[in-house]
Amino acid sequence: MTSGSTQAHAPTPSIPGELKIIQDATCTFCGCVCDDIELTVKDDHIIEAKRACILGKSWFLNHSVEDRPSCTIDGNPASLEQGYDRAAQILTHGKYPIVYGLSDSPCEAQRVAVSIVDWISGTIDTTTSVCHGPSGMAFQGVGEVTCSLGEVANRGDMIMFWGSNPAESHPRHFTKYSLMPKGMFLPNGRKDRTCVIVDVRRTKSAKAADIFIQIKPKKDFEALWTLRALAKGIELDPELVLRETGVEFSVWSDLMDRMKACKFGVIFFGMGLTMTRGKHVNSEALLALTRDMNAHTRFVAKPNRGHGNVTGADNVVSWRTGYPFGVNHARGYPRFNPGEYTTSDTLANREADCAMMIACDPMANFSQPAREHLATIPYIALDTKETPTTRSAAVAFAVATYGINTGGTVYRMDDVPIPLRPAFASPHPSDYDVLTAIEVRVKKILGIT
Amino acid sequence: MLETFILIPGRTTDQGCGVSEGKFKDRYQNAIRALQVAPGDMTRLGLAEGDRVRLTGEEGQTVEVCITAAKKEELPEGLLFIAYGDISSRMMTGDTHGSGMPTSKGMEVTMELVQKAVA
Ligand code: SF4
Repeated sequence: MTSGSTQAHAPTPSIPGELKIIQDATCTFCGCVCDDIELTVKDDHIIEAKRACILGKSWFLNHSVEDRPSCTIDGNPASLEQGYDRAAQILTHGKYPIVYGLSDSPCEAQRVAVSIVDWISGTIDTTTSVCHGPSGMAFQGVGEVTCSLGEVANRGDMIMFWGSNPAESHPRHFTKYSLMPKGMFLPNGRKDRTCVIVDVRRTKSAKAADIFIQIKPKKDFEALWTLRALAKGIELDPELVLRETGVEFSVWSDLMDRMKACKFGVIFFGMGLTMTRGKHVNSEALLALTRDMNAHTRFVAKPNRGHGNVTGADNVVSWRTGYPFGVNHARGYPRFNPGEYTTSDTLANREADCAMMIACDPMANFSQPAREHLATIPYIALDTKETPTTRSAAVAFAVATYGINTGGTVYRMDDVPIPLRPAFASPHPSDYDVLTAIEVRVKKILGIT
Repeated sequence: MLETFILIPGRTTDQGCGVSEGKFKDRYQNAIRALQVAPGDMTRLGLAEGDRVRLTGEEGQTVEVCITAAKKEELPEGLLFIAYGDISSRMMTGDTHGSGMPTSKGMEVTMELVQKAVA
């Protein structure tokens, strides 16, 4: 990853009224991070996004320049300088400052956010803690048998989705990476692959499956351990399996035969596992099954990551602190403890006394106790659009949109770094610019040279 | 006694597009405020499209939403579906069971009718 300003990758200037074409632009709406989009730009808005899916088109076509102040303090327009000063005061006066979000910021901005947290002995957490945080814990417990999406496209002949609905969350997943591509070892594309979808409801993705298995809600763990037992050749009581999973034993046994017989199996898993009771234990069961399958054939597992650079957030926070999310610096060194230093907890337990919310919306997406506490403490919010979180912030910055107005680096869901190719300039600062200015002031207040 | 259902929040295309259009705009607000109920459950409970119901969670947290029939076979009886957002998150509790993640899917809720839809 390159260091320094995201402005180094500034958009080429637009000529008023003329169309500009951006080749190979990167969509950062979801973790697929498609980098083959052709944008047509007129002045300060995108009028066409070729090859983008419905979500990608909505992302590109709805991020025009917003006519509102770049900074507000207590809801009133303020200069950026005033905003930076107030933000630095809030962060340095708190006893338990938290910084949260970051999954819709480029790696360069994430890196500055970690520095700020280090200076103020604060706690850093990303939206990973409320998506695949439990999988992050499971990786540490079980390990990760993994691969790139390119390998999936070229080798994956058994593609499974567990608790994930890519048809609505990652619409190009099937066509670009996992099901349709003709690969080096799969010359007939879709015909050479078997697709299995396991879910508690018949989602829009189920139509794409050769085999759809509808399990009882909250029984992912039991279903995965049924497969683990079958992989190891352990005898099971078919009636118990049916009662616990809601699926006939013969269906699981047939699935295991197919899994053993494939050449390269992949299990993509989603928040159906991590958000349901059991959480990290569900992810652990799936990762352990994947590991077990390697006694028979090649098998890998990949979490389907949501936001455009949530994978980058895991990478940057790990690289800077040694841990992926929920990291506390109060003792002068990083400590990792999900359930204590994660934002749902620091807010709901009324521990945080000030906050910086970067490209996230806890006022709409957190539990009621967490929101109630956030409303009582001073906080800073950075976002491209107005949200319930920016509306209640002590200091709110309207920032430029990454990948549309600013460059930088993002990580695709398979940890592959991808550069951004912005389309047009924004009058608003980037989150990198805002965080860098706040860092300078924080260091000054703390007397750090 | 009120029947217990399992609430599954999740992504939908309208919710995803609505985020980019703006969280205060109609598309997003409509997407996150429609509770999908299995047609069989609607018939059994005498509920109709557009009826307003109250969901109550395990710690007494409540929300009120309008219901819509889930597409045939998409939802088994006993399950409710709603797009992620403000309403679904209000049904989470503050406890993350030591994981950092509140239980955000598979929440046990009761459902009661508040107001019939205007015909
Ligand atoms: S699949 Fe995801 S990254 Fe690709 S165009 Fe659609 S929203 Fe954008």
